[in-house]
Amino acid sequence: MYSYTEFDNNFNQNRVDQFRSQVTRRIDGSLTEDEFKPLRLMNGLYLQLHAYMLRVAIPYGTLNSQKMYQLAIIADKYDRGYGHFTTRQNIQYNWPKLKDVPDILQDLANVEMHAVQTSGNCIRNVTADHFAGASTDEIEDPRPTAELIRQWSTDHPEFSFLGRKFKIAITGSPNDRAVTKAHDIGLRMVRNNKNEPGYEVIIGGGLGRTPMIGKVLRSFLPRKDILPYLESVMQIYNMLGRRDNKYKARIKITVHEHGINKICDLVEERFIIQRSSFGGFDQKLLIKLEKAFAAPIYINEPIDSYNKSYQSDPLFRSFVDTNLSEHKNLNYSIVSISLKKHGQTPGDATSQQMRMMANLAKKYGHDELRISHEQNVILPHVHKSNLYKVFNELKSVELATANIGLISDIIACPGMDYCALATARSIPIAQQIAMRFNQLKLENDIGEIKIKISGCINACGHHHIGHIGILGLDRAGVENYQITLGGNSTQNTVIGKSLGPGFSYTEIIPAIEKIIYTYLDIRSSNDETFLETFNRVGLTPFKKIVYTPSEIINKSTATFANNNNESFASQEIK
Amino acid sequence: MNVIVTDNGFESDTWSNIFLTLDKLLLINPKSTNKFSLDVPNTTDPKELAPLFARISLIRIAFLNSTDGRGFTLASHLRLLGYKGRLRAQGHVLADQYTMARRCGYDEIEISIELADRQPEKQWLSRSDWKSNCYINQLKQLA
Ligand code: SF4
Repeated sequence: MYSYTEFDNNFNQNRVDQFRSQVTRRIDGSLTEDEFKPLRLMNGLYLQLHAYMLRVAIPYGTLNSQKMYQLAIIADKYDRGYGHFTTRQNIQYNWPKLKDVPDILQDLANVEMHAVQTSGNCIRNVTADHFAGASTDEIEDPRPTAELIRQWSTDHPEFSFLGRKFKIAITGSPNDRAVTKAHDIGLRMVRNNKNEPGYEVIIGGGLGRTPMIGKVLRSFLPRKDILPYLESVMQIYNMLGRRDNKYKARIKITVHEHGINKICDLVEERFIIQRSSFGGFDQKLLIKLEKAFAAPIYINEPIDSYNKSYQSDPLFRSFVDTNLSEHKNLNYSIVSISLKKHGQTPGDATSQQMRMMANLAKKYGHDELRISHEQNVILPHVHKSNLYKVFNELKSVELATANIGLISDIIACPGMDYCALATARSIPIAQQIAMRFNQLKLENDIGEIKIKISGCINACGHHHIGHIGILGLDRAGVENYQITLGGNSTQNTVIGKSLGPGFSYTEIIPAIEKIIYTYLDIRSSNDETFLETFNRVGLTPFKKIVYTPSEIINKSTATFANNNNESFASQEIK
Repeated sequence: MNVIVTDNGFESDTWSNIFLTLDKLLLINPKSTNKFSLDVPNTTDPKELAPLFARISLIRIAFLNSTDGRGFTLASHLRLLGYKGRLRAQGHVLADQYTMARRCGYDEIEISIELADRQPEKQWLSRSDWKSNCYINQLKQLA
């Protein structure tokens, strides 16, 4: 893993000191809230519905035990003992006090972390495949490039006041787990026909109110050209992007209005002169970064005990079958830790849980952890002989839920419970869906399905690309939930199709239930996934069932939803 | 009279040359060996200016709003195309943006008296050490 140089540390410390002085000036009144706002936003501090919210960067979702441990300490010292992992591989603290924020940033800086560029109209923290460096299907680890991009984009003097925020994602695997086609720039590591390494550059993807799938700008960019090329794209966007309307300011609209060919010509023209501004240091650095992200020194132990436990403990078996992914070393596994225990807030972790994950990474995971955009935590390198111990320790802090990729593994944005922009609640919807299908004991039968929920049109919950997407809106003061079906977040990115009129807060769970029953009913075999069924039959059968009133289903599920409301309401009061 | 901000803090504007727009400059006989000062909006295409570099001693780029960062890219593009003359940002630039402006190739910032009152010299001076802690300069070094 990369560790900070003296340069990185100085930069980071300087930012903490600057912010401390700004906070002092805000508290003594020499800065007004209006003047303070852009300054705090440059340091990830938002004003939310109830309090300030601090968004801490976890660049490309990679961290070690020391960092995770510090996140736990911060949760206890300055917040309410928990944190929320987001779809941007960041962590958010929902209750920090303004006067404490400089101390929090200092605590972060002490472990080489920060909250820089987690907000504002700049290049945001770069995100990457959460299985990077471990998965069997990858061409190359994307993190050296991601770290290079982090350094290049940090405090970039030209791109700190763009027309709008700008997000870059990178994957080193053809099986895209980083949703590169829904980012302002998506990078896919590829090889050309001479087997030389490079990138496919995709631009103009994005969700929000105008969802668009990214288009290929350059099918092969040689590795050494990455920074000047990115810089050229940014320059063209900075000059050409609209500034008259913030809803039309993202690069997806620039590409849409000018056409990919024109953007391509402009970028290539700029690229010729931009290349001369780099002197080769960047490529030397990249070689160093590749060394920093070298694979761990694998251990070699017998795995008989693992096989034995797998046979004897059905809970462990279910955990292994559901939460593990293949590692490139046959004796290792990638362990996904679900932050989606049925009824919990998706993505929340208590400080106790964070400490446990840190310890496990240290003891059994070559000191590495990842945050996934699906709001789970990954131990990328666990030797099979240690899996049973990891499982049991996870179980002791309620982190052993075996539901990765299943119907309760839901992405949900914070919604009305925290977010000032929300038009509806999203967390309670996720909780109720998870509880309902757990109660019905249907989860494993349903199999692979991705439900994604956003509490407003900004689509932080990626609802457009969920197999089932749920968007919470406000219709004359009443929450209304719209459903899309058939979205796909992989390399075959698809924006889901709208099912029809929306549903009220009490109707939405029964509607989801009908959709699932329809699927179970019409799938061609038990192996046909929800998405495959949808792609085969389209919207019609789902539409027909969902919009046909069915007294019996409605009655029982409405009662359930109401009961649930009460229990969640009382949870909130304490 | 506007205030000029440099690494040394506030100064008064001693530039006596008249500022021309691009249209006006193009009307002047190209054989003239005089050097001119040019006023441009942040939407200017630097390629139009490149053939005129030898005739220009100062380019002043307007910042109508501090949130509009086009002036930063314009400056660095001009420098990359080989413009060696003086480069000035004028208008709504914040003290916190001083480092960025210098890193993109500006020599100085021209701000109004009102802005100078609200953002006193001390705030600008605290950002005048623009050379250190700069990722992009580090990355663009020779290997
Ligand atoms: S989708 Fe809307 S409600 Fe949800 S976090 Fe984003 S802005 Fe807030």
